[in-house]
Amino acid sequence: MNPTDRYYTKEHEWIKIEEPGIGTIGITDHAQCELGDVVYIELPEAGTGINSMEKMGEIESVKAVSDLFSPVTAEVIEQNEEVLTSPEKVNEDPFGSGWLIKVKLTNESELTELMDSDTYTNLTS
Amino acid sequence: MNLPANNRTQLYDTHTALKARILEFGGWDMPIQYSGILAETEAVRTRTGIFDVSHMGRVYISGLDATALVNALVSSPILNMDILQARYGLMCTGNAGIIDDLILYKISEDNYLLIPNAGNREFVLQWIHSTNEQLFSNSVTITDKTLETTMLAIQGPMSESLLQPLITLTSVDNLSDIRFFRASHGNIMGSTVFIGRTGYTGEDGFEIITDNANAKQTWDTLVNAGAEPCGLGARDVLRLEAALPLYGHELNINTSPIEAGLQRFVKKKTSFIGSQIIHQQLEHGTTKTLIGVTVAGKSAPRQGYPIMQRGTQIGEITSGSFSPSLGISIALGYVSTVQYKEGAELELDIRGRIIPASLASTPFYKRGN
Repeated sequence: MNPTDRYYTKEHEWIKIEEPGIGTIGITDHAQCELGDVVYIELPEAGTGINSMEKMGEIESVKAVSDLFSPVTAEVIEQNEEVLTSPEKVNEDPFGSGWLIKVKLTNESELTELMDSDTYTNLTS
Repeated sequence: MNLPANNRTQLYDTHTALKARILEFGGWDMPIQYSGILAETEAVRTRTGIFDVSHMGRVYISGLDATALVNALVSSPILNMDILQARYGLMCTGNAGIIDDLILYKISEDNYLLIPNAGNREFVLQWIHSTNEQLFSNSVTITDKTLETTMLAIQGPMSESLLQPLITLTSVDNLSDIRFFRASHGNIMGSTVFIGRTGYTGEDGFEIITDNANAKQTWDTLVNAGAEPCGLGARDVLRLEAALPLYGHELNINTSPIEAGLQRFVKKKTSFIGSQIIHQQLEHGTTKTLIGVTVAGKSAPRQGYPIMQRGTQIGEITSGSFSPSLGISIALGYVSTVQYKEGAELELDIRGRIIPASLASTPFYKRGN
């Protein structure tokens, strides 16, 4: 149920490489399920530099707030405006329309340090 | 190390079959949410929600000195209670620290039912027993029926119409005859129940107590009739919208009823355990006061976040959440006592960001809004 076409962090983010050097980042279905109803998301603006496994934003559900960590070192090129106005998209479709940001990777070799879907599934089952 | 296992209610397997998320609360494995906190909050505000609240205590106090014991233990007037009437009250130490906040039913002459919070039940029982020993030489009978009975809360504007066709009552004809904070004995599909018109959501509703043997059938009957399962997550949001305090957040053993803004539940009675200090505080004031705070936006203050005014910390949040019913974030917290007016400008330190906030009158949500 975790798509095999992307990489995962132990902090429950995913990154999918859309084209060489360009990736989309979101949180996993397991993460949205644990968070419950998401009501507020704070994301880095386009043009911002983010660092591998450092805080890049916050995601807040009715019950709790969690930090978002960047899977890679990158420059933000787009925020998903739709999840900012309708945060429930993250609950409804975390691997699809509930994506968070698009980024330009600084160093693609960092991807090898992330988990594949089987490893991530084992971590969360 | 083997930790003692948490208690489970009679309906635990029913909750897991409904795919509830289970978390520990007050020593019990309890359903936190089923469909989601937003959907469940909306169910209670507009229709009918059903909560398993069997984790809360059910302690019976009976005997010739029961009225006198309860009158010493609880802050609210007891001597003038009618049979099948309920009261909200505080149980305090001699120093006016809150041991628990609870609902008390007068079941019959010399027979009371106390509903303490789950996490406080054991200490409340100890306190009742030691007071019984000191003041009444153990003449009062104290029976804890928490583990052998089930308690369900049916909450929401449609509660009465949903329940009415399912219940027969012995004390009155119809549910509409049971006023707020009154109760009746009754029967739901062959199961004997005790039903009170109380709750913890700010909506109309009922709480039902029945033997564990009837738990599953009673729950299923109500759910099949349209009551929507709701967890403790929604219950916490609903009680905060109604500005009802929660023990461990707004209330604790170092806080007095006056500090917690519960004057109306202590001032009518002059003599109970803790009353001396409480009446001194009523006259001379306290050094902290519970206030309501609203914040524009959905980033909610949480327990422990600083409350500030013009850059200086004046207090701390005790509970906070996004309010689905109001569309803003709401919170309760203590501030050092100054003259604060509704609408006064405050700031909150939300994880290092200083966010403008306002002092708000409570409850944040009122029925029929």
